[in-house]
Amino acid sequence: MKAKTHHPLFDEHEVLHELKHFLPAQAPLKDFIHHNTLHAFQHQNFYQALRNASAFFGYKVTLTLDEYRERYRQNRISEEVLERVIAERKGKEEVGVWKRKALTGNYDPTISGRIGLLRDNWKKQYRIDLDLLVHPLFFRVVCSYLDQGISIWGFPVAHKGFLSSIREMERNTFASFFKAERAKKLLFNENCQISDLLKLLIGDESLYKQYLYDLQFAHQGWSGIVSVLEDQPQLLLDRKKISLRELIIFELLLEIDALDDKYQGNWAPLASRLETPPTPIFAKVPYTEFHEVIEIWQEAFEWSFYDQVLAGMKQGTSPTNVPASKTFQAMFCMDDRECSIRRYVEQHDPHCQTFGTPGFFGVEFYYKPKHANSITKQCPAPVTPTYLIKELTNEKEKRERDLHFTKYSHTLLRGWLISQTLGFWSALRLALTIFKPSLSPATSSSFKHMDEFSELTIENTNPDEKENGLQIGFTIEEMATRVENLLRSIGLVEQFAPLVYAVGHGSTSVNNTHYAGYDCGACSGRPGSVNARVISYMANHPKVRLLLRERGIDIPETTQFLGALHDTTRDEIAFYDTTSLSATNAALHQQNEANFNKALDFNAKERSRRFESIDSHLPVEKVHEKIRRRSVSLFEPRPELNHATNALCIVGRRDISKHLFLDRRSFMNSFDYRVDPEGNYLTTILNAVAPVAGGINLEYYFSRVDNQKLGAGTKLAHNVMGLFGVANGIDGDLRPGLPSQMIEVHDPVRLMVIVEHFPSVVLRSIQKSAATYEWFMNQWIHLIVVEPTTQAFYLFKNGEFVEYHPIKQAIEVVQNVPSLVEAHEENLPIYLLQ
Amino acid sequence: MTSILHFFILIPLLGFLVSLLLPPKNEVVISRSAIFTVGLQLLTAVVFCAYWLFQHTPTIEVKDFSLFSSPGYEFFITFYFDGITAVYLLVGAFLSFLVTIYSRAYLHREAGYKRFFNTILFFYLGYNVVIFSGNFETLFVGWEILGISSFLLIAFYRDRYLPVKNAIKVFSVYRIGDLGLILAMWASHHLWHENITFLKLSNHELVHEHLQNHSWVGIFISLMILLAAAAKSAQLPFSAWLPRAMEGPTPSSAIFYGSLSVHFGAFLLLRTFPFWEEQTSVRILIALLGIITSAIATPIARVQSSVKSQIAYASIAQIGLIFVEIAAGLEVIALIHFAGNAFLRTYQLLVSPSVVSYLIREQFYNYVPRQHTFEDSLPKKLEYTVYLLSLKEWNLDSFMNHIVWKPLRRVGRKLDFLTHNRLLMLFVPTFLLALIAYNFQDKLSAQSHVYFPILFASIGLLMVLKSYSERKSPQMSWLLLIMNHFWVALAISFNEHFTLEEVLFYLSGVVIAGAVGYACLRRLKLLEPKVDLNQFAGHVYEHPKLTLVFLLAAMGLMGFPITPTFIGEDLVFSHIHEDQIVLAFLCSIGFVFEGIAIVRIYGRVFLGPHTKHYHETAYRSS
Repeated sequence: MKAKTHHPLFDEHEVLHELKHFLPAQAPLKDFIHHNTLHAFQHQNFYQALRNASAFFGYKVTLTLDEYRERYRQNRISEEVLERVIAERKGKEEVGVWKRKALTGNYDPTISGRIGLLRDNWKKQYRIDLDLLVHPLFFRVVCSYLDQGISIWGFPVAHKGFLSSIREMERNTFASFFKAERAKKLLFNENCQISDLLKLLIGDESLYKQYLYDLQFAHQGWSGIVSVLEDQPQLLLDRKKISLRELIIFELLLEIDALDDKYQGNWAPLASRLETPPTPIFAKVPYTEFHEVIEIWQEAFEWSFYDQVLAGMKQGTSPTNVPASKTFQAMFCMDDRECSIRRYVEQHDPHCQTFGTPGFFGVEFYYKPKHANSITKQCPAPVTPTYLIKELTNEKEKRERDLHFTKYSHTLLRGWLISQTLGFWSALRLALTIFKPSLSPATSSSFKHMDEFSELTIENTNPDEKENGLQIGFTIEEMATRVENLLRSIGLVEQFAPLVYAVGHGSTSVNNTHYAGYDCGACSGRPGSVNARVISYMANHPKVRLLLRERGIDIPETTQFLGALHDTTRDEIAFYDTTSLSATNAALHQQNEANFNKALDFNAKERSRRFESIDSHLPVEKVHEKIRRRSVSLFEPRPELNHATNALCIVGRRDISKHLFLDRRSFMNSFDYRVDPEGNYLTTILNAVAPVAGGINLEYYFSRVDNQKLGAGTKLAHNVMGLFGVANGIDGDLRPGLPSQMIEVHDPVRLMVIVEHFPSVVLRSIQKSAATYEWFMNQWIHLIVVEPTTQAFYLFKNGEFVEYHPIKQAIEVVQNVPSLVEAHEENLPIYLLQ
Repeated sequence: MTSILHFFILIPLLGFLVSLLLPPKNEVVISRSAIFTVGLQLLTAVVFCAYWLFQHTPTIEVKDFSLFSSPGYEFFITFYFDGITAVYLLVGAFLSFLVTIYSRAYLHREAGYKRFFNTILFFYLGYNVVIFSGNFETLFVGWEILGISSFLLIAFYRDRYLPVKNAIKVFSVYRIGDLGLILAMWASHHLWHENITFLKLSNHELVHEHLQNHSWVGIFISLMILLAAAAKSAQLPFSAWLPRAMEGPTPSSAIFYGSLSVHFGAFLLLRTFPFWEEQTSVRILIALLGIITSAIATPIARVQSSVKSQIAYASIAQIGLIFVEIAAGLEVIALIHFAGNAFLRTYQLLVSPSVVSYLIREQFYNYVPRQHTFEDSLPKKLEYTVYLLSLKEWNLDSFMNHIVWKPLRRVGRKLDFLTHNRLLMLFVPTFLLALIAYNFQDKLSAQSHVYFPILFASIGLLMVLKSYSERKSPQMSWLLLIMNHFWVALAISFNEHFTLEEVLFYLSGVVIAGAVGYACLRRLKLLEPKVDLNQFAGHVYEHPKLTLVFLLAAMGLMGFPITPTFIGEDLVFSHIHEDQIVLAFLCSIGFVFEGIAIVRIYGRVFLGPHTKHYHETAYRSS
């Protein structure tokens, strides 16, 4: 068999490249980061992408018609909005007809993907179930090869690359991966190409591509992780060399082997028995009336919500009276989970001012805790930092051990001893965890990420001081730039309060394989405590202040920055370096801390409305206690609801949203158009907002509408595979996406970004980066601009801004948030705050 | 004191029945009633055991009531209590109580919340029937409940392919274990000429006296008990089922397959220990089986890269050691080992999702690329061989496939020419002919009395195998299974003493369950364009009520203790003479595969991924 250099019909390189694009791109669990599940379709218009994705791969991409109609009956989709959506699409005169279609039309809702059709012919024509014969061993070999530390006896040949390792083992064993001889020979032939194997298996070159898609989408989870690890091997601590090509070759060999075994080598390629070739996967998808009806509903569903927001925004345009002297200022993460805590902080101290910004606070670095021998990234995933921050001291020994995770219990003799001794201890532990849940070594706790009193290497005095090519700490100049950028981007350039808090966030949970997705996304799925301390240190540095003053930001000597960490699951806060505060500030801080704690109690209460096991009517302290307990309960699959129900992102001054009850549904990035008239900082903000908030939003969207194929299904049955993924049972495919427990209360609506600036500036800002523009242009995200002088709304549509007038004239006022919270469990409308 | 034993059965029974009636949406009521049931049982158990200890641990037996009796045969229910029961009772009640509480919040909002607690309580009922059973018949009742409830728990996520497939697989292995139990019961009928109680079994002199002249029967019974025990406790060659049973919600996997269910093999051996105590060869065999299982399961556990399968194989290895301890007569050690292993594995499975954050953090601080294990010092070729074999689970899964399932399917396929109508045309007249022969049996030669039963039982078995391998019509598959019972009845009728009443008693359940099941399939056929057995169709999605009715009918037809057929089957065996081992085998294999074929129909027609794709359906591989 000779390697072919040129193929007119099948170009291996091109097909694999494209295939990788379509496969799930989820990183291993420890680096779980949200992204648009349908990223491969992002160059198309949102609805066209949905149609194609559904027809190609059989995904369910929206709610069902019945679900929309149900929402209409419940008034969650407003009649006026529905009518306007129809009128805009079909013309005013068509409203009646299309409304009838939407409300009572009969359509066949069957979802039939083209994926798998070709490969089904093995069953139809040959009566052989290749998946059944191949998958169990195939998955197991791949999982064992990639395993990060579950197995006690790891894959014996590890670092040669996947196929070479398989070859090496096959050569030196009395057993075999295969049943028949042919596959073995093919394996040893190192020149064997994918096309050679497909020739044996399929025979017709025009079908190769389709077959490979069918093959890989029969286990998109495993193929996806291999594809990710091929491109980013650094995502595994124990790096493994593997490529999708190797994976496919091994699988094709196993398929050939299964056929050889069943038919004693006496079988003809699939194409020879194929009567009519199936529809090609990527053939054009016809646009039907059903598609349009669904689009109308989705649009109406989304705008029924957005319209309230805009109407509410309009109602509160009278400038709020912010007193010139503020008690403190606090920067939170833009995360939607910080939306309500900011409201409570402001409520408990009307003289404070809060800001939102990505939770890494503009400082990008790797962090190396004391005693660790690995580093972890503390900034958004796409950024590759060149700095290292080390933890120099650590009072506490970090690692508490738990013998239950010890591998010894799985070996025979020690297992015998352990089961007779530790076994009885387990009984007690089990009873304790059920009746009195508490923090244990099994818990993933945000506060453990960094020791509270540790010393960090933030300042670099000698640029040559490097570790593994990373500069240790930042120079004064580098610090000043970062502080300046941060402050200008959020519009905090004057009127500094005596205390400015930088509050990172993290989460605490147990029995949660997706724990990384609960921490700060802007810190690569880690708690933001280190970043909060680092930025505060920088902003407090006298030399940095000097430089800043030269650049026009004058921070008074008396002002001090203070890092903190908010645990979003437990609603607790820790402040760092409080000993460095001046006496006056320490006293002020004491007051503020009390306010924070009060705000946290109420925030916990507001969150509790979603949890059936907590009675929200109880006194706030009790509710808070139950919330804390929840975070360490083994049996609690929903420690918090994470980003569920997210739908908005407000980029502007706090004034435009301060009067609204947003029900924790909004990302909030502070920005002052007056500080950035050119829109330079805005560009940076939107370049981050689109992939981060947009990615979170769309991952929730798709996991919600098709929790089986695009989400991970229920987490209750999940089994941890190799420490990098989860599957059902032991022979299952990996399940990327979000488990049902994370998305069940989520309303699948796209993100609406609301920017406060002039439309022309915003347009310029989003057009600076093609990648960012794609998100808005193809309507994966809605964009509204609030013109600061007229307060008029402009909607971005087909590349230009058109004025938008909210249908709703006024939204309701909520008199008493706590009692609202006590009475409702479902998603609430937008309210005006008293 | 004796009368209290009843409560240990009544509490779970009532709890189970009540749970069936609760409104499916009301999670609070459902979980509270389950917790109350199991909690009450735990409380009663603790108080009772304390009192029992105070009374210096007497062995208690309650001969309860007779379900059926005819001359020379009595089917009675007996309860029994001793140290073994006490340990299993306390461990079971404790773990079930905790896991029920655990599941209350864990299962919140899960579709099938009620179904989960129903099944848990059903399992718990079976558990208690088994541990309190005073004779094989009572034990078998519990054993059957465990089989069905295991099937339902593994297939809890009934709209996915793998859980349903694996549930059928596990059920099939359980049925093979049942085969052992049925034959052991049959042989012991003839050994003792009565339904022997475990109390009598612990009478050394009595056992010794009976076995003296029948040592082969003794060995046969012991081997059959071992078969049942090995299947239930996932010992060789059945081990591969245990990790595959981990398809349900984690707490159910933890309690059943991590701890309680899987230790029933050990229980059976402990319970019957006095019987085979004197049979040195059997004791050596049991110990060997345990040692070999441990030796094979340990390397398999060591190479597992998924956390649940690792725990499963580690547990199998420990149970192997428990078998050794039992064979060595170390009852107390075995019981301690059982309790410790059960607690440990339950807890390990419950915290298994935490392994990611725990080990990743551990590695973050203490990363060692690939840990050197002792296997690495083996010669390379040997190392790779053992690794590869362990990775492939020593081919145990395909071994069972090649030895048991495939050959039987092949036999069934030979009958592919049978269609629904041909079947009726061919076998109804044959059956009538055979009936005529039966009426004139006094005119037949003595020879025919030997061969006719075997012939008819073989025909019955063929029907079952055909049903098992049928791919097209579920109705036909079902009909074949009904017919099997008729052929068996006919076969046994040629043996003396099978009175008409007994025949009617036996077939009454078959006829009713058969008719109901057939009606369900017909109705489904009317409602759905395509109903076949070629793949899983998941019709439960649209027809949940029909599915439930069919499930009840299926249980009836397979001789589950809700119809007289259950006793009938036992009755049939009491009429098979001890020299008719072939007939006993044919009938028992027929019954066992009947159960498998029935579950297969149920699974393929009603469970699995739905054939209609207007809603979310999972990938087959997920």
